[in-house]
Amino acid sequence: MAPPIVHIRNTPQEKRLFFSRVVIAFILVTLFMIGLVIRLVYLQVDGHQHYATLSKQNRIKIAPLPPTRGLIYDRKGRVLAENLPTYSLEIIPEQVSDMQQTLVHLKQLLHVSNEEIARFEKLRKRQKSFASIPLKLALSEQEIARFAVNRTFFQGVDIQARLIRSYPYKELTAHVVGYMGQINEAELKNLDMNRYGGTHHIGKTGIEKSYEEILHGRAGYEEIETNAQRRSIRTVGTVAPLPGNNITLSLDIDLQKIAYDALGERNGAVVAIQPDTGEVLTMISKPGFDPNKFVYGLTTKEYAALQASRARPLFNRTIRGLYPPGSTIKPFLGLAGLHYNVVKPSQTTYCPGFYQLPKLKHKYRCWKRKGHGTTNLLKAITQSCDVYFYNLAQNLGIDRIYSFLSDFGFGKQSGLDVPGEKAGLVPSRKWKRDARQQPWYPGETLITGIGQGFLQISPLQLARATAILANGGEVIKPILVNEQTSLTQTSQTEKDTLEKLQLRPANYQTIVDDMINVVHGPRGTARKIGKKISYLMAGKTGTAQVFTVKQEEKYDDKILAKELHDHALFIAFAPAHAPRIAIAVVVENGGHGGSAAAPIAQQVMDHFLASDNQQINTSGKPALEPET
Amino acid sequence: MRKSTIYDRDLDISTDDNWLLHRLEFDVILILALISLGALGLVIFHSASGASDVLLHKQMLRLGLAFALMFAVAQVPPAVYQRSSPILYLIGLILLASVLLFGDIGKGAQRWLVIAGFRFQPSEIMKIAMPMMIAWYLAHRPLPPRFKQIMVAVLLLSIPTVLIAKQPDLGTAILVTASGATILFMAGMSWYLILGVVAIGAGCAPILWHFMREYQRNRVLTFLNPESDPLGSGYHIIQSKIAIGSGGINGKGWLKGTQTQLDFLPESSTDFIFSVFAEEFGLIGTIALLTLYLIIIARGLIIASQAQDSYSRLLAAGITLTFFVYVFVNIGMVTGVLPVVGVPLPLISYGGTSMITIMFGFGILMSIHRHRKFLPS
Repeated sequence: MAPPIVHIRNTPQEKRLFFSRVVIAFILVTLFMIGLVIRLVYLQVDGHQHYATLSKQNRIKIAPLPPTRGLIYDRKGRVLAENLPTYSLEIIPEQVSDMQQTLVHLKQLLHVSNEEIARFEKLRKRQKSFASIPLKLALSEQEIARFAVNRTFFQGVDIQARLIRSYPYKELTAHVVGYMGQINEAELKNLDMNRYGGTHHIGKTGIEKSYEEILHGRAGYEEIETNAQRRSIRTVGTVAPLPGNNITLSLDIDLQKIAYDALGERNGAVVAIQPDTGEVLTMISKPGFDPNKFVYGLTTKEYAALQASRARPLFNRTIRGLYPPGSTIKPFLGLAGLHYNVVKPSQTTYCPGFYQLPKLKHKYRCWKRKGHGTTNLLKAITQSCDVYFYNLAQNLGIDRIYSFLSDFGFGKQSGLDVPGEKAGLVPSRKWKRDARQQPWYPGETLITGIGQGFLQISPLQLARATAILANGGEVIKPILVNEQTSLTQTSQTEKDTLEKLQLRPANYQTIVDDMINVVHGPRGTARKIGKKISYLMAGKTGTAQVFTVKQEEKYDDKILAKELHDHALFIAFAPAHAPRIAIAVVVENGGHGGSAAAPIAQQVMDHFLASDNQQINTSGKPALEPET
Repeated sequence: MRKSTIYDRDLDISTDDNWLLHRLEFDVILILALISLGALGLVIFHSASGASDVLLHKQMLRLGLAFALMFAVAQVPPAVYQRSSPILYLIGLILLASVLLFGDIGKGAQRWLVIAGFRFQPSEIMKIAMPMMIAWYLAHRPLPPRFKQIMVAVLLLSIPTVLIAKQPDLGTAILVTASGATILFMAGMSWYLILGVVAIGAGCAPILWHFMREYQRNRVLTFLNPESDPLGSGYHIIQSKIAIGSGGINGKGWLKGTQTQLDFLPESSTDFIFSVFAEEFGLIGTIALLTLYLIIIARGLIIASQAQDSYSRLLAAGITLTFFVYVFVNIGMVTGVLPVVGVPLPLISYGGTSMITIMFGFGILMSIHRHRKFLPS
């Protein structure tokens, strides 16, 4: 039997045991501490880069600073496109707890329309939730006040001052300067957000579009330190935006207005070019529209109305409108005849009122039923005899006509610095074969000779060709932008002659004299304006058929619908022997060139030459002070 | 060794400069380490609290009170603590029970008790009463403890732990358990039993899970995968790791920790104050802080091993190791290796109660150190 185990205190042994446990405990503590150190090394050394990035992202919010867009001036320094401060109601979505409720309340308070809400929702989808998104633009003073009173109820909603593009001359510059509109989804995909951060608008047409890069500048940004609630604490760093460059156009807004007013109720286009430089002085397409509406965003209804309008106000007739040049082509063909030695100035053709190709019955009519009788080049241009030019065209042949007209820039883009230019058409055998799978018929050469048929030109091309003619064959490239001004420097657009057509001066002189006779001669088709002017103008009227009158039928504007009336055209340059302005006018369904189109050209020229003389006489340099 | 029990070599008290320390016989190393820690704590706290003078003054006052308490506690001989151990334990138990019955609710848990206008957490008393009770119980019997004694100790341990866990206060429950368990370990509990308890503990985990509150379960789940809930429960851990990691080796500089100063780091002046320190002082700072803690722990263990009786030995070791558990659990949770259980960083986190408790513990430690040579060996 085992004795009962009696536990007797063994102090030294207890102490030894305790001491060993102390050592073990200390080792364990040290090991655990080392474990913590390893963990800290893992976080603070290995993971440092990663966590430092996360920490930065945590606290730094990048807020873009949109650049100030460059202004657009006319040649005399008047502002055509400016930036006006407007107040808009903007929402930062992430700060709004109940968006639906907020929108409903704002709708009541400020009469926010459904369309504005729809646009806001669209913008909201593609913006970050902390970005400020405009809901209602251009608030009135009353609206601002009404919101200010109720501001406390609208968390995340605020009034922001933004610069918004404004076009003080409205329809006068609608086509040429163009307009800005809100960036759409397709554009957004191609935009460099480094440049466009914070920008909601972009140039959509005209100069605003083609010079977008230069006008826009570059966005800067603010690095804003935020706390966990994303409230801004302070600005850590700022990269200032680079403002866009200002642009000075060759356009003269006075001429724009004169041309616009002169067109009156009629639709049409006026393009004036300075022949030696190619600077576009006037570019009017009528009807116009108010480009400012596009900046704020048209409602669907407004846009549909503009689109549906039969007058097509959005259509830029100066570069996209294609018209048969009618008789305005005759000086060029006359020059071609002389150039290829097909005719001599003194050589005559008999005009019985019609022209027939050998062995063919078809009669090609002259506009003058009774005929012009014996007609030389001077008479043919002065009185615009069709038969003379049927004959001339027949003798030239389509190949030479094609070549010569192409040299003057017909049928191709001029290279103007606004987008959307149409090439037009100078027909050729090759074109007809390719486009219509048909051979070229001799009759088609004839009607090309009077500027009808397949021939399609834009008012800009016509003005440019007139300028080339005025230059004696120097081919110029039309340009709208004269200079660009950045913060530090001003750069002039280089104006260089593309090429010099090999024209014999005598031939050229003959045509100029003939064209002077159109305006100043007693039987000239534009003699009415010739009486009113104190300078020498060389011009040519034209009447382009819209509606083909059948054989043996008479054109009667009284029974024809307005849309089918002839287009009235006029080209001119002045002063005839030292040209400073070349112009082309198209008045749609205007009737006769001499009566409808020529007076418009005359008014523009009157003003230009008068003010131009004045400038040259007084200071020798153009006045660039903006009007206030 | 025997000599050192009679003659203190650790303390050079022969010079007149240290006459006060001589009289009071405080452990210089421990005192200096604690003062350094307290001062460092104030520096960090200043940054973590958003440079608030009001809070800093409050914290300074508490620290001062805690140190005063430590000196006062150190004056009482260990025998007094030994005698009062069961009474304190009993009072603690009664208070804990009353918390469950009439306690104040703070942050969704019943932890507070208001007695005579004084608001405090009775669970804090247990942090001291528990090791005292276990040490008292084991010191009466020969060591190492036998199985029956261990079972009794476990029972003594379980009752308050369950009461605290029911409040629910997982952090304190863990600390209270640790304070008792470390004493069992130091008493020489056999390794087989330790392994057995660990095995049973692991087996009980599912049962524990069953009794956990929703937010406690969430804490464990988000500890396992913090990214699963980056804006909810995982937010704390993610932001804490970002703060620590972005501090790098050298830190962002005092008052320059962006995570802290911009309020990304939640509870930056309480449970997550270590992350503030790590962000602003970097790896160099954290290693220095850990070293400081290690010095205190080492010193505590030395005091324990120099103590003359079982009770003092066990209690001193228990207090020291509980202190370590504080440090380890806190840093472990803010660095993402342990679940977030709400354990403050000792002497640095904002809050009076835990500071008082800890310094009370160190007071006892000092008392043990001071009174060792008067006791018979």
